[in-house]
Amino acid sequence: MAAPPRTRIQQISYLWTDERLRGIAFQLLVTTSLALFFAFIIWNTATNLKHAGLASGYGFLQDAASFDINQRLIDYDSTSSYGRAFLVGGLNTVLVAVLGIAAATFIGFLVGLMRLSSNFLVSRIAAIYVELTRNIPLLLQIIFWWVIILALPRVRDSISVGDVLFLNNRGVRMPQPIFEDAFQFVLALIVAGGIGTFFLARWARKRHELTGRTFPVGWSSIGLIFGLPGLSMLFLGLPISLEIPLQGKFNFEGGFNVTPELIALWLALSLYTGAFISEVVRSGILAVDKGQIEAARAVGLPPGLRTRKIILPQALRVIIPPLTNQYLNLTKNSSLAVVIGYQDIVSIGETVLNQSGQALEVISIYMAFYLTLSLLTSLLMNWYNKRTALVRER
Amino acid sequence: MFFRDQGEMLPPRTAPITEVGLVGWLRINLFSSYGNAALTLISLAILLLVVPPFIDWVLIKAQFSGDSGEACSGIGACWAWVDQRLGQFFYGFYPAEAHWRVNVTAILLVPAILYVLVDNMPGAKFGRWFSYVYPLLAAYLLVGGFGLEVIQTDKFGGFMLNMVVGLTGIVLSLPIGVLLALGRQSRLPVIRLLCIAFIEAVRGVPLITLLFVAIVLLQLFLPPEVSLDQLLRVIIMVTLFASAYMAEVVRGGLQAIPKGQIEGAQAVGLGYWQTMRLIVLPQALRISIPGIVNTFIGLFKDTTLVIIIGLFDLLGHARLLQTNPDWIGDVDHEAYLFSAAVFFLVCFLMSRYSVSLEKQLSKDRH
Repeated sequence: MAAPPRTRIQQISYLWTDERLRGIAFQLLVTTSLALFFAFIIWNTATNLKHAGLASGYGFLQDAASFDINQRLIDYDSTSSYGRAFLVGGLNTVLVAVLGIAAATFIGFLVGLMRLSSNFLVSRIAAIYVELTRNIPLLLQIIFWWVIILALPRVRDSISVGDVLFLNNRGVRMPQPIFEDAFQFVLALIVAGGIGTFFLARWARKRHELTGRTFPVGWSSIGLIFGLPGLSMLFLGLPISLEIPLQGKFNFEGGFNVTPELIALWLALSLYTGAFISEVVRSGILAVDKGQIEAARAVGLPPGLRTRKIILPQALRVIIPPLTNQYLNLTKNSSLAVVIGYQDIVSIGETVLNQSGQALEVISIYMAFYLTLSLLTSLLMNWYNKRTALVRER
Repeated sequence: MFFRDQGEMLPPRTAPITEVGLVGWLRINLFSSYGNAALTLISLAILLLVVPPFIDWVLIKAQFSGDSGEACSGIGACWAWVDQRLGQFFYGFYPAEAHWRVNVTAILLVPAILYVLVDNMPGAKFGRWFSYVYPLLAAYLLVGGFGLEVIQTDKFGGFMLNMVVGLTGIVLSLPIGVLLALGRQSRLPVIRLLCIAFIEAVRGVPLITLLFVAIVLLQLFLPPEVSLDQLLRVIIMVTLFASAYMAEVVRGGLQAIPKGQIEGAQAVGLGYWQTMRLIVLPQALRISIPGIVNTFIGLFKDTTLVIIIGLFDLLGHARLLQTNPDWIGDVDHEAYLFSAAVFFLVCFLMSRYSVSLEKQLSKDRH
């Protein structure tokens, strides 16, 4: 039986039941309302800015900053531009993030293994540390460490650690390594050693796959990266020396000072993120199938090889994605530095904002900075995931 | 005879003393090898070095009474400020005669949460409605109006501010997060792209930058005649921040729902929204509760960030105490220790709850 021809109204109402058309209509609706919303915001912003007599645009970045930054990795003085100030701040963020990531990884792996220890006391102490640091706001911890460092004795009564390191309420005075020109040769050797190790490892892996013969890559890489440069240093007459700080009446001579802010931020970030990383590590190791370890034992792999060849490669595949997430968290959390006055990008941006009034521009710089970092990390992450996925297929 | 009669059984012997009882426990857990014994001794040494001096400082040598920093001895902790300041630490500058309103709100919070999280509560049908109405009730009690004296939100402070910002953030972010998570899974490319862009952008920046947006930019985005309350602006940004994280938690729950559930719903003729509302979301949200609680813990800790934009939460009042002329220099550590203890207690209990829930869920699934 043929269906009766549809009337025009029916045809139009059937359009609504067509899922594809409905989808397009819905998306158009959302896009239009979003566009209207943004137009509303932009129009408001433009009117408000005109009303306040503020010029928008990034031209102000060339103006002289006229404030000082104590903590800096590159040359900067108060005649430098706002743009340069942002660069200094960004580098400071990167500095504390890199230091923090290194320490947090170390703490995380150590504590993660401690929690899995069969020793009751050791695993308990690790658990207490994790619960304590995870459940207290990071901001509070940062302030707490800062207060503790500021309560250290004055410079005159510095606590000396073996007469090379001095703790006082202005931070830590550390010996400064001084490199002579010949050290560049050593540095070149270290880099060459690294590249050599990379190719050696590739060659050894290929040979292992083809013939089954192993090659002591670990030992030879230590020899290449540390041994040869070390020997060359002896021949060149030690082109590196340490300038040990000398305690003067009011301040130290020589060495370099690490500010209390950097230390407090670094301590708090590493301890806090370390606790989270330890949980990541623990669950990663627990995720390795018990049968894998038993099988490894059954084919007679010694404990060291069992960890290196069986447990770690599988655990790392679980660990790495949340680990990078934690690294990213640490980097973002370093923005709390503004509370204790560590001059990271947010803290410097705040000063710039107060001086120039360019709120929109300053905050867009913040966001661009952090978004770039996250984007880079997630790109790296995708690349890693793809690589491990390939390995899994083989 | 060197063999035993087949019928004769040896009497059971007691387990060796080195395997059971206290000694056995010690041997297995603490001294199973030389290395382990060394670790045990090192741990004990660390504990002895840290714990007794700390207890000594916090309790035994501590000073509990006095009106100003002069009462503090300096050899132990000084808790003399607590009875003066406790009100401020918990209620901020909220007027003392209206503290009961905060208390009632806090007490009513307990059933409101229980009715959402616990099944088989007596009077569940009525209770659910109470939970839905509670946010309005809380807002009425705290802010006032309609017969109650109006209290400006700039009087909000102390621990109460942490609770208000954290709880409002999480409650408001849940529906937005669910929509974002659904949008991220959507088959419509524009919707999916927009949702992914929002989620990743918000997750990529620190909360502090969003708070700066709340303080300096939000006013710029709105027409000049609209003026938003500062607390409201903070809550808007905190909600946006939390909803991106919430979306990821809910997405995890959505992905755990087997495809057969959706196909089954389509087979009986349910549309998209019906499928989601009746079949997928109830199951997905159930799985996501531990993640939601964890997000809340994170958000709750992050509420301390409001001190950066000039609000005084619990941590803010701890800092304020340092600058008070009566106490300056005497209670640098104590006030922070106190705040840390409060936060720890709340967050630790919530994380225990989330862990037990996870265990329960994985038991249900097997």
